[in-house]
Amino acid sequence: MFSPADIATLPFDDWVNGFVRGWLVPNFRPAFRAAQVPISAVLAWTEAFFLFVPMLVTTAAFALASWLTAGRAMAIFTLVGFAFIDMIGLWPQTMTTLAMIVTSVLFCAVVGIPTGILAARSDRAWAVIRPVLDVMQTIPSFVYLVPIVMLFGVGMAPGIIATFIFALPPIVRLTNLGIRNVRADLIEAAEAFGSTRWQMLWDVQLPLAMRTIMAGLNQTLMLALSMVVIAALIGAGGLGLVVNTGLGRMDVGGATAGGVGIVILAIVLDRITQGLAERSDIRGISLRQALANLFRLRGTAPAAETQRAA
Amino acid sequence: MRPKLTVRNLYKIFGKNTQAALELLQKGDEKAEILAQTGATVGVQDASFEVEEGEIFVVMGLSGSGKSTLVRTLNGLIEPTSGQILIDGEDVARADAASLRRIRRDKISMVFQHFALFPHWTIAENVAYGLKVRGVSRDARRERALEVLEQVGLAPWADSLPSDLSGGMQQRVGLARGLAADPDILLMDEPFGALDPLIRRDMQAELLALQKSLKKTIVFITHDLNEALLLGNRIAIMKDGRIVQIGTAQEIVMTPADDYVAAFVADIDRGRVFTADDVASDAITIQLRDTPVREALRLMEKHGSHALYVMDGKRVAGVVTYRDLAACEMDTTTPSPTIGGSMITDYPTAACDTQLHELYGPAGQGLPIAVTDDSDRLVAVIEPGDVLAHLSGDANGNGAAEPEAAVIEAAAMEKEAAHVQPG
Repeated sequence: MFSPADIATLPFDDWVNGFVRGWLVPNFRPAFRAAQVPISAVLAWTEAFFLFVPMLVTTAAFALASWLTAGRAMAIFTLVGFAFIDMIGLWPQTMTTLAMIVTSVLFCAVVGIPTGILAARSDRAWAVIRPVLDVMQTIPSFVYLVPIVMLFGVGMAPGIIATFIFALPPIVRLTNLGIRNVRADLIEAAEAFGSTRWQMLWDVQLPLAMRTIMAGLNQTLMLALSMVVIAALIGAGGLGLVVNTGLGRMDVGGATAGGVGIVILAIVLDRITQGLAERSDIRGISLRQALANLFRLRGTAPAAETQRAA
Repeated sequence: MRPKLTVRNLYKIFGKNTQAALELLQKGDEKAEILAQTGATVGVQDASFEVEEGEIFVVMGLSGSGKSTLVRTLNGLIEPTSGQILIDGEDVARADAASLRRIRRDKISMVFQHFALFPHWTIAENVAYGLKVRGVSRDARRERALEVLEQVGLAPWADSLPSDLSGGMQQRVGLARGLAADPDILLMDEPFGALDPLIRRDMQAELLALQKSLKKTIVFITHDLNEALLLGNRIAIMKDGRIVQIGTAQEIVMTPADDYVAAFVADIDRGRVFTADDVASDAITIQLRDTPVREALRLMEKHGSHALYVMDGKRVAGVVTYRDLAACEMDTTTPSPTIGGSMITDYPTAACDTQLHELYGPAGQGLPIAVTDDSDRLVAVIEPGDVLAHLSGDANGNGAAEPEAAVIEAAAMEKEAAHVQPG
């Protein structure tokens, strides 16, 4: 049978190798190295902070946060869970992982929310940003681990960069969605009273999109947690390293202990951020409604919204 | 009064080929043809009107008639394709973003059909939004918001959220928000369209009451002709993006410009459109004194009327009917009777601006209704038959309002002044 390969074969892998090894790395390695300085700094600071604060204080703080946002049962779970982590001897690793998560989510929010706002306000920007997000979400993370190591080296900061790429899309998407779903009649009202674009953003769009943005933050946080083990492959420490070490030594117990630590941390962080999103005093449209609108035909959404208002 | 808002040859065409469509439109092509040829939709075509200061100008049309598009061009929410919109001489259609914002902040505000209150703010914060945008301090905003809420009767709800209020109350907040920045012009886009009929009536009455003291220039959009006739000092009727007639309620009901308007006004409650003024005719009166019955009977026969108002100096003393006087004349027991004896002092009255529907009851008594002015002087009378004739729409044909008859009667009255003073 004839196949296109009979005419020509493309050395695609060589091209990529040539591009990354032959051009990107030699020319830009210092630039990329410099770029990770802020990440390293923030990470070092947060890690030092979490390791410095005594275990009981941290646990009490998290239990209190759980209690305020998710109720008493969750507070008890937090106390018991953190005590368990401490008793299986993984407290320092958990704090390192927590520092990594906090740093990644911080950078995701700092980059993602403005990007989402930009995407929401300009269809052209969204047309560019959307395919980039699609690629970020579908490309297997192992694919970009290698160039990251080549450009940034190994260690915690490259791990955070990999996590950043993996966890960024939801917050951009949901910020965009939240702002675009603010009721059209409210936007019109703000405009009719002579507000500038910034006034509209601060007074109307962001507050009403806050629920959806918080949901995006929660998703980003969960994705960041799921990258912990993979990031450990390129030198990040913490619970991921515990799991990897267990894997390498066929040590089921060690790997499980690390895994349980990640799960407990994930549950606590998830419930706290979800509770924040629910409790935030925003009577905008709910996430469910926002998602429903997303799948509805364009143009019909505002009418349905205004009917609800009536 | 000078016009506050002037709109000249305003066009709005939606779509891509707006210029081509505009040319076709100005050549006289129809809306549907243009859609087929260029793919552009005509929103508003060749609208021209003036709104005077302190007037309620109602734009009435069915959905799709372009009325909402028209009102949104007035504050630049929709940019017109061509034409002029002058507010105090400044052209909104050609204003840049910064001057548009200034106009919206200082001169023109809007009330929306579905209220469009910000759900995350309290009522007071909502009301103060226009001031916040302008950069007014928090305390001053709050003070002004409470002041306006007081006007619309919602001060106790200042710190509630919009979701705690009923529809009618929410729209009062919408109105208060529109008034808070003290704009010259208030655009109201079907503000009562989403309310229950009873609440709507209350709101209409309240708007009219407020307008008495506010004297804002209001452009009011509605699809309800009854609402238009009730509220509008003048009314513009729109169809397919074109204004087909502009006039007062009475003008539109009496002389519809075309079949479309005629069909609209056909089943309107005329009793709420016309006032006593519209059906009143000149009063034929007679002085009380010692006027003999025969004198009064002769006067009535001359004018073909069956009742006469009796004056005591400049005041109305009562009314006499032909039947009573005739009976009195027949009764031979009293020689040379005077009209005083059979005068009815419990006569029906109305003011000039009393609406016809309020006259059904008085008209039922069968006596002419006395139309009096503020200082209680008789200015005209209404024959009961004219009320009904006017309601049925053929008042032009045979009512007493017929110009010729009025002239004759006026002349008669002058003569009578000399003639009825018996020595």
